[in-house]
Amino acid sequence: MSDSQETSQTLYEKIGGEAAVNAAVDIFYRKVLADYRINRFFDNTDMDQQIAKQKAFFTMAFGGPNNYTGQDMRNAHARLVKMGLNASHFDAVMEHLGATLTELNVPADLIAQAAAIAESTRNDVLGK
Amino acid sequence: MRSITIGESTFSCQPDETVLETLLRGNIQVPNGCRQGLCQACLMRSLDNSPPVSAQVGLKDTLQKQNYFLACVCHPEQDMTVALPNQQCASIEAAVIKKQLLTPDIVQLVLEYQSPFNFFAGQFVNLKRPDGLTRSYSIANIPLAKNILEFHIRRLPNGQFSSWVYDELEVGAQLTISEAQGSCHYLPGRAEQPLMLVGTGSGLAPLYGIIADALAQDHSGPIHLFHGSRDLNGLYFVDEMRELAEKFDNFHYTPCISGEGIESDHVQGRAHDIALSSTETLSGWRVFLCGHPEMVNQTKKMAFMKGASMSDIYVDAFHVIQAEK
Repeated sequence: MSDSQETSQTLYEKIGGEAAVNAAVDIFYRKVLADYRINRFFDNTDMDQQIAKQKAFFTMAFGGPNNYTGQDMRNAHARLVKMGLNASHFDAVMEHLGATLTELNVPADLIAQAAAIAESTRNDVLGK
Repeated sequence: MRSITIGESTFSCQPDETVLETLLRGNIQVPNGCRQGLCQACLMRSLDNSPPVSAQVGLKDTLQKQNYFLACVCHPEQDMTVALPNQQCASIEAAVIKKQLLTPDIVQLVLEYQSPFNFFAGQFVNLKRPDGLTRSYSIANIPLAKNILEFHIRRLPNGQFSSWVYDELEVGAQLTISEAQGSCHYLPGRAEQPLMLVGTGSGLAPLYGIIADALAQDHSGPIHLFHGSRDLNGLYFVDEMRELAEKFDNFHYTPCISGEGIESDHVQGRAHDIALSSTETLSGWRVFLCGHPEMVNQTKKMAFMKGASMSDIYVDAFHVIQAEK
């Protein structure tokens, strides 16, 4: 990730850094848990750990500092792929990401940049 | 150069190295993930010095208070002795000084200890009897000048430890107790915040301690306790709680009975349903949930959906250890 760090950190800062991540996770996680299309993937998970992971996810989507590799994303989601995780579920999460940032009044062009970063993990997350 | 001690081993932390890097270099198995202080996989605890504040960002406040930190972002400012979260350390001896039935199913056990012992009301300890059989129980009292610990122990069908406490344990007997553990306890600050506490059966024990702690520390916001049981045998301290509600204007008590067809002047229904429907939103509330694991996990999710921030929800699920054959 180091090659893109300079430009992407700008996005992280523009969106509001760690404070924005903290504001976003609770809103996002409520949307996910309320969504019957995907909430089964979140049953049987420790909610506190899940919040921590989602902070990592938002930090990554905002282009902030993270050390996740494509392989990490594959390993982390392998269990869910076995449960039937597919493109429609990924789309649903993308939808909630956008809605969360809209709710937090993040400008549309920054939302588009964050969405593009999240989108770039699609194949790894789905184990393709 | 700082040294990091874990168990019997001590390692030198190189300049610019994190505690995680030092330990991994020393072949100590420490779970880890993002290495950016986010995923919390590398949670550890400092047993002596306070960890750097920067290594505690994002942790629950009760864990921060207990010197937990994230090893991957910890650049030690002084020598540290550390442990993994479930690594057991010290234990002390304590003597039974009181044993009394609270209901036919629940016994109050009071132990007295001599060695120095630190705890927060609501934390739990492992009680170990002489043959080594060990169970976890929550502390129901706040630290007092007297060196005592109070427990409410529910008799479980085929419960090896609880049956032994009921039938055989006598005043004067010695037990071994572990150091206090768990992050479900009260912390001062935000004194005006409304508190909701929901407990089933002997889940009242930690909540009782937490409430006593909050009141002793002048918590000024409303404190709502919902204590539930299927039948009357699981409800105890009803008079004590009512007296407390008379004494403190901001403390409110709702005993609930969930079983069908039981004559009582308590609210009919499950404690967590009644608690959750008692308020429009839990946004800004601090929530404590103790007792039956299913109740705790369900209510945690519902409280979060109802607006409580995850960092403001404190839980202690009472998992039952299946009796060995």
